[in-house]
Amino acid sequence: MKLREIVELLDGVLLTDAEHLDREITCAFGSDLISDILMCTKEATLLLTGLTNPQVIRLSDMIDLLGIIFVRGKKPADDLIEMANARDLPLITTKFTLYKSAGILYNSGLRSCKI
Amino acid sequence: MAVYCNISEDAQQKYEHFTKEKPNPEMSIEYKVGHKDFVNSGKASSEIKLMLKRLGVNPEILRKVAVASYEAEINVTAHSLGGDIICDIYLDCVHIKFIDNGPGIKNLEKALEPGWSTADDLVREMGFGAGLGLPNIKKNADVMHIESAENQSTILQIIVFY
Ligand SMILES: Nc1ncnc2c1ncn2[C@@H]1O[C@H](COP(=O)(O)OP(=O)(O)OP(=O)(O)O)[C@@H](O)[C@H]1O
Ligand SMILES: [Mg+2]
Repeated sequence: MKLREIVELLDGVLLTDAEHLDREITCAFGSDLISDILMCTKEATLLLTGLTNPQVIRLSDMIDLLGIIFVRGKKPADDLIEMANARDLPLITTKFTLYKSAGILYNSGLRSCKI
Repeated sequence: MAVYCNISEDAQQKYEHFTKEKPNPEMSIEYKVGHKDFVNSGKASSEIKLMLKRLGVNPEILRKVAVASYEAEINVTAHSLGGDIICDIYLDCVHIKFIDNGPGIKNLEKALEPGWSTADDLVREMGFGAGLGLPNIKKNADVMHIESAENQSTILQIIVFY
């Protein structure tokens, strides 16, 4: 599904470059633990998380992230948005919790990433 | 002093060859890692990955190097007083050494168990402290060697073959 559709489903806001909305998203993973994310993502994936520190962007240097959804209304600082644009990494914020966001996306057909 | 060594079956022969030949690295780079510097930590690992990518190393290997190196770099930031990374790039492998300034690991066996962590609140707030870093390094590196004790520096070495 396109990122555009995900933004609509989560009533979210895209924080990075507008062209990111056309990105195709194939699967997702949700966690607030960095080691957990590193261990569980064997393929390019969308990440749902409540973490908003620089390390969550740095993560995308190590593994393939298709984008990051910040849940519970969390919004990263401007320098993180810059970091993400420099990496061509879409960032979205939603007011929904991790559980609700994941449920909505799963029910709309977005599968879990292979772990 | 405690030592742990993990050599994957695949890598056994390559490792023996490597230790016998003792080749000179094609390239050697050093980085500094700051104590609790969660803004800059991870940069060395992403640079190492980028360098190997430019050398044409395949994406699956790149991911393994990056994950193992990043976990080790973050451990220096999160659990030690800071330290150095020495990355030696060879024709068929990369050897990365993480040397910190202590305070060392009291119980190395425990530290290597999945789920065991002494991470403080700040470290946990940053998304670390699952106790999965060392197991993750073990999983992704072809060779892993760790040396530590209480009130001493920790030296972690990894080798990944391309
Ligand atoms: N360089 C180091 N210096 C001192 N202690 C360390 C070092 N590296 C690891 N440790 C100790 O080993 C424990 C386990 O490390 P490990 O990387 O597996 O988990 P963690 O760092 O606590 O959490 P995670 O890596 O999942 O975020 C740490 O909590 C810490 O007590
Ligand atoms: Mg760790």
